[in-house]
Amino acid sequence: MSFLTANLSNHVNKPKIHLRVIELAQKCLFTLTSSKEQKQEEEETQEKMSSSKQRPSILDKSLSRGKSEVSLTAYALLFSEMVQYCQNRVKTVNELHNKLSELGQSVGVRMVELLFVRERNYKREIKLLNILLFVKGTLWKSLFGKEADKLDRATDDERIYYLIEKEPLVNRFISVPRDKSSINCAAFIAGIIEAVLTSTGFPAKVTALWHKGTTFMIKFDDNVLARDKQLEGR
Amino acid sequence: MSRQSMRANDPKKVSGELFTLTYGSLVAQLLQDYENVDDVNRQLERMGYNIGMRLIEDFLARANPGRCYDLRDTADKIQQAFKLYLGVSPSIGSWNPGGDEFSVVLDSNPLAEFVELPDHCLGLRYSNILAGVIRGACEMVQLEVMVWFIADQLKGDNVTEIRVKFIKRIEDAIPAGED
Repeated sequence: MSFLTANLSNHVNKPKIHLRVIELAQKCLFTLTSSKEQKQEEEETQEKMSSSKQRPSILDKSLSRGKSEVSLTAYALLFSEMVQYCQNRVKTVNELHNKLSELGQSVGVRMVELLFVRERNYKREIKLLNILLFVKGTLWKSLFGKEADKLDRATDDERIYYLIEKEPLVNRFISVPRDKSSINCAAFIAGIIEAVLTSTGFPAKVTALWHKGTTFMIKFDDNVLARDKQLEGR
Repeated sequence: MSRQSMRANDPKKVSGELFTLTYGSLVAQLLQDYENVDDVNRQLERMGYNIGMRLIEDFLARANPGRCYDLRDTADKIQQAFKLYLGVSPSIGSWNPGGDEFSVVLDSNPLAEFVELPDHCLGLRYSNILAGVIRGACEMVQLEVMVWFIADQLKGDNVTEIRVKFIKRIEDAIPAGED
């Protein structure tokens, strides 16, 4: 199989007329060799099966359509265990926020892959405003079943945006201790947003604040703004 | 995108993908923190136990399951709880002759969607939290059980199978302690 993919990449530079010829030639080649290869492959898999059970690959099944649902109770209890686990391993509120954010980030990068394949047909997002709307709309809907409440822009700093969510799902069953009122477990969601923005090419720092419910403060890197202006100028 | 807006906005449900990925990030974090799969398995079971202890209350309130007269009743309730909380319907079976041990068989495991076990984690019981949940929940209704995995789709088995064994009835209610 590998020689096929290698040849495919050559196609790009060749004139179109030749393409068809090469393709046909390849097909012939492939049919000639394929029966041999198949036999070999079959033998190999048989060997594997006999020595140990073959573990399934996630590519063996089709991509989930995102319709499955679980009970909110189950999620709330799982999240609570996560928070407790994090809290047992940190000393300060800041460290707790970082830890939760890290956990969120590993969710975020996977959501990007999933959503861009399933919902956006591999189409890349290059504009700042559009990626923010993607977070507010598509991402929020598939995670929480609704759009985020509001997207705002800071008046004094053009790098800063605010995404406002009155009652984030993860905070619904969490009561914050009085002596540590600055704890906001939505830092987990902040981590998700941060990973989504960073892995789509808009590096940013996202923090969760208590303001109008919960406000996610998104601060983009300088070069993101510079690039966006360049794109607008074109 | 229109697909998503079709989802009935049930406030008591959350996206299965959020749940799956959240659990995945937790397991990944544990693997990083412990570096020893046996410890991770134990930690997952303990977390499940804590969850089970609290979940049973919700289950009693919501499903109004009534009293169990034998272990078969209990098995039915466990089946019902899987449906209620994870949206999957396992089958109950493989009773031993003594009638004190049975299997919960899952055709699909919502925790393991998107998951592939890498070679160095073959000893990991990825969904071990479920074993803990069952143990914790049963303990709160005075049943001491032993729960373990005997088959896992992630390891190439056809189904995911959890074995539950009745140990004894707990006579004196012990106060719930959290660790």
